Order: sequence, then structure tokens, then C-alpha cells
Amino acid sequence: MTNKHTISILVENKTGVLQRIAGLFTRRDFNIDNISVGKTSVENMSRITITTYGDDKTLEQIIKQLNKLIEVIKVREMKPDQTIRRQLALVKIHAPTEEDKSEIIQYTNIFRGKIADVTPKTITVEITGNPDKINALIDLLRPYGIKEMTKTGTTAITRGQKTL
Amino acid sequence: MNGSEALLKKLKENGTDVVFGYPGGVLLPLYDSIYDCDIKHILVRHEQAAAHAADGYARASGKTGVCIATSGPGATNLVTGIATAQMDSSPVIALTGQVGTPIIGTDAFQEVDTIGITMPITKTNFQPRDSSDVPKIIDAAYHIASTGRQGVVVVDLPKDVLQNEVTDEDMDAKLEIQGYKPNTNGNPRQITKAIQTILNCKKPIILAGGGVILADASKELVEFATKANIPVATSLMGKGSIPEDHELSLGLLGMHGLESTNNAVTDCDCLIAIGCRFSDRTTGKVSEFAPDAVKIQIDIDPAEIGKNVDIDIPIVGNAKIILEKFIGEIDGVNHGDWTKQIVSKRWAYKPKYNFGCVPFKPQECIKEIMEAITPETIVTTDVGQNQMWMAHYFKTKNPRTFISSGGLGTMGYALPAAIGAQVAKPDEHVLAVAGDGGFQMVSQELATIKEYDLPIVTCILNNRYLGMVYQWQVLYYNNRISQTELAPTPDFVQLAKSYGIDAVSVEEIGKLKENIMEAFDQGEARVIEVKIDSSELLPMVPPGEKITKIVGEYKQEE
Repeated sequence: MTNKHTISILVENKTGVLQRIAGLFTRRDFNIDNISVGKTSVENMSRITITTYGDDKTLEQIIKQLNKLIEVIKVREMKPDQTIRRQLALVKIHAPTEEDKSEIIQYTNIFRGKIADVTPKTITVEITGNPDKINALIDLLRPYGIKEMTKTGTTAITRGQKTL
Repeated sequence: MNGSEALLKKLKENGTDVVFGYPGGVLLPLYDSIYDCDIKHILVRHEQAAAHAADGYARASGKTGVCIATSGPGATNLVTGIATAQMDSSPVIALTGQVGTPIIGTDAFQEVDTIGITMPITKTNFQPRDSSDVPKIIDAAYHIASTGRQGVVVVDLPKDVLQNEVTDEDMDAKLEIQGYKPNTNGNPRQITKAIQTILNCKKPIILAGGGVILADASKELVEFATKANIPVATSLMGKGSIPEDHELSLGLLGMHGLESTNNAVTDCDCLIAIGCRFSDRTTGKVSEFAPDAVKIQIDIDPAEIGKNVDIDIPIVGNAKIILEKFIGEIDGVNHGDWTKQIVSKRWAYKPKYNFGCVPFKPQECIKEIMEAITPETIVTTDVGQNQMWMAHYFKTKNPRTFISSGGLGTMGYALPAAIGAQVAKPDEHVLAVAGDGGFQMVSQELATIKEYDLPIVTCILNNRYLGMVYQWQVLYYNNRISQTELAPTPDFVQLAKSYGIDAVSVEEIGKLKENIMEAFDQGEARVIEVKIDSSELLPMVPPGEKITKIVGEYKQEE
């Protein structure tokens, strides 16, 4: 059965490492739903979080194939119930009236988002949270007319004391 | 010392005394250092041959092979050879030139993104950006290419990196590779479970692949098979892991395998796969492959376990180490009835070799080849029908004596691989078996054979067709013979003679054998063309079918 999986990958911070990982996904016919890359607390080490779809067998192959890359230090599937997952979205919404603006601000507050920018005709909302929460807010904002939207990939960390 | 000298010194330190290469612009500093270095450089006539020769060298000797090509087209010409070696887990280091670091990315003359191009076809690749990194990267390249699941490492060397200074401290520096720790020993719990399963099953079969040969575990394989009394089938890459005249040897499994062997694997209740990656050519329709068997898979690469076939007992480890553990634990097992039955069916199959007609039947060629050579003779094959005739009919007696492009199926492999094998084993006879198609892809390498006086005997099975594709067109494409006829073929005798190599076209039964033996006796290269009957087709399992469903019949002695 095809499921959504979040995979955390600890890598050596070397030229081309992202290309190796992306290339591996293409070549082996795995998919990348979204990806985020950033530094860690350790120098020369980066952490990549990939959200992917696949059945258990595909997931197993993804993890094993990633482990074969020399630059990959650790790979782990992040189980949903033991994982804190966050995304950031910036959404520019059509809001020409005061009424629109005030409604959008109310929704944003309910979702603990921020107003990042306001112009006479638009309002830009910044929201972080798990992907479901972000999607819920976006659904509410959509009827006003989304002029532009950008999202980061999901980043993830384990709940509790355990580390990668 | 400069980057080039440091590089050569590191090659030497890592046990390399011969390299296969072709110079070019950005490699001038390297070739200037090669000029007075004690590593032997074999100058091939096309870079692809350098990669195949390094690969053949590695397969024949077990040592890491090294090839060199310049930037741009030199590197792209290596690509086929790199992919060939990588697919068959052959330890090779490919050194490529690159334009100087200040102009990388500017589409400079003969610049190509070698790292990007070779990323998906290598185990890993490196591009030192500073001369001081060269020594530690070369050490790492050897370590990675030759350990774990062996493979190809490309080191892309910018011109200035080859020219700039390297210090003595740089020579001792180590590259830390945190993410590379191959597991060779196997999980003891899984090993115990496997042994219990082997002891309790009734109808076991061993499937030996190239991993057995790469791990130099043939002796252990035969010992284990004998002690546990289990018949051994092999994949193409596993050919030679057990002597094919051994009573327990079932020969080739798969698309062009023996019918009795395909049946035996289908009927077994325990399949012990060792160093075998279950390629589609071996398994046929996966869902009906050994459907009733408990499957044990021993492989050095965890990603191979369960990749193509679901596995019940996975063991990640080196074939030799695991087999030694098995041998220690297996005693007094008796799969007597099953083994007797399987072995007797296997040996009841007596392939027909004697046709006595001209043009030669390919089977008759294989027979004469077998009669002409010793068990130690190293045989390389090309790809296609010639390869499958050899795979099916030729009996390999020793590991590392049957060298063939299995995974990638690269035409043009036989001749350059034979060059590598001959350089690795100067005291052994080397025979290259090729079709007329594959031979023509690399015939320029006759010049290399001549220059270095390599006593390689090349046997061209000339059917004037791309035989394997032709065969599929006959069988599956309504006899529509599209672009597979190669006639008129060149006069191979004249061609070889123009390179100064003895050549003959044999037209009488017995003459192939006679010529091979004569050439080996004289210690001189020879090209022997045999015009064969192009209508002779190999029986086969249609692609995607169960392996018991062989179409056509292997001819047997009456």
C-alpha cells in the first residue's frame, strides 16, 4: 500500500551530495514529494528531510539505497506519531476590502500565523506548522484568491529524548 | 613532488603496477610523470577499451584495475566501460582528466561534467580541487572500490591539481569516510536460522552468483555444497564458482539455462542464494520463481536483499566468511534422494555438440574450444548469442576464468577484457570469443595486442547477424529482420593481418581446435574466424515468463 513517509538523512556537507540523492530518487523511480536541506549542530554535516510516497518495499529500498551513498551517514524513517514535522508557507492573498483583511487576519490568528506584509490590495500571511495545519489554513484562504504561495519542504525531528 | 607524481606514487603504494589509458590535453602533466615512472602504461586505441581492460584485469586477478582517460570525450568514451564494470561489481578506478579549476564551469575546451555523468554508474566519485587532497582521495578510492560490494570509483583530476605541489604530510593524510562501513560478517541469528532451515529442508538448491567469485569463495562453496550434499545452480556471473564438471554442478539457470536446472530451482523447498542479485535474466517471472522455497540470501550489499525477490532469511555479509560459518555448522545432512534425483536429471542432459557440418554449428565451435584449452585458460566473451552459447554449452572449471559482461551486456567487451586479463595473467592462455558484431566495435584493439605482444587468441563466431536481436525478431517479431544483418562483414583475416596479427578463417571441422592449440603453443596472438550457421537459434525462456517455460529445444546427443 502506498503511504506517505518522512525520511531524515544525515549527510556529509560536500559538493554534489544533493545531486547524488536527487539522482538516486530519479534513477530508481522513487518520488520526492518535498525536500528540505539545512545545516545541523555539527560542522560539515547537513540534514535532509524528504517526504515521499511508496509502499513498504519501496521505502525499504529507498533507505537501503540511500545508505549506500558514501556521503550518507545516517538514514531514518520518521514515524508520524513520534515525529515533530514542520513546514513554512508564505501566502499572498487578494484582499482589496477592509472586511477581507480583517477576516484573513482572524483566520491567521486562529492558526497562530503572522501577517508578514499588507498592501492596499493584498495581505501576506506567514504560517508554520505541520503540513496538515498549513493546508487547513490555505483552504480557508483560497476563496479570497491566492495570488502567490511558496512553501518550504517539511523538516522533522523526533519527539522525546531520542535523536537521529 | 607535484600532483601527478603523488598520484602515481599512491597507485604504486596501493599495489598497482599497470594501468590502461589514453592521453590527452589536460593529462599532459600526468603523462609527463608517467614517462619516467615504473608503472607500466598500456596504450589502448580507444578509451572504452581502457575501461574494459581495467575491468578484465580486475576480474582475472581480483586486484583493482586502473584506467585513465582525458577530459571531455576521453571521459565520455570511458562511460560504457565504467557502467559495465559497475554493473558486475568489478573493482576499477577510473582516472579522468579535467580542465583546470579556474575554468571549470565555463564550457572550456574538452570540458564535460564527468562527476555528474558518472554519478549514477559508479560506487562513488571524487574531484580533488587541491593537489594536497590527491593522495588521500586515491587511498580512499582504492578502499571503496575494493571493499564491500566492489565497484567503480572515478577520480576526476583538474589539470592544475596535477601540476601543483604536494607535500610529504599530504601523502600521509587520511580521508575520513564516516558513511562507509561495509558489513561482512552476517547477523549470527540469521546465520543460525539459515543453518536450521538447511538442515531441516528436503529439497535445497544453492544458487551461486558473481559474489562467490568476487569474494574468492569458490573453494568454500564447493566444500559447503559437498558437505551438505546440495546441488549448485549458477547465474551467468557465477559461472566458474563451482567446476561445471563437478557432480553437484547444475550449470546455468535462467533465460538460456538448462531446462533441468530451471525445473530444479522451481521445485526446490529451500533456495540458498549466494552473491546473486536475482536479475530478470536469472529469475524469469519473479512471482513464479521458486514459489515454494524458503529463500535464504547471502549478499554483501544490503540493498540487494529482497530487491527483486522476497527473502525469508537475509544475511548481509561476505560470501567466503558466511560459507565458512556454514561449513563449520553443517554436518551429516542428507538430502540424498532429492539431490540424487536432481543430479541424475542434470547429467541425463547430454547437449549435442557433434554436427560435423559446415558452416559450423555454434555448439561444435564450443566443443572445439573446450578441447583446445586447459582448465586454467581465461575465456572472455562478447555479448549476445556467442555469450549465451558459451554460457550454456561451455564448461568453466575455475573461478575468474570466465569473463563476460553480465549486467550491462556490453558488446565489444571480449577483446579489451581479454587484453586486461592477459596483462593480469601473463602466464595463462587467454581466449576471446566474440561475434562479428561485437568484434567490429573494438577491432582497433588489435593494435594494442600487437604493440604489447599479447598472445591472445580471438575467436570470431561470424554469423553475419546481430544474432541475439535477430533471434528475437524471428521468434517474437514475425520474422521481420530489421537492421540486424551485418553482411557483408569485412575480411577478418585481412583485417587482422593488417595489424600484423596472424589470422585464419577455418572451414573444416577440427581446424578451430587445431588453430587455437597451435597459437597457444607458439605464444602468439591469432584471430580465428569461423563462419557459423546463422539459423541456429538458442532455446530460451520468453521474457517475463516462468523459467520452466522454455521455447525451443536444446538438441541432445542421440
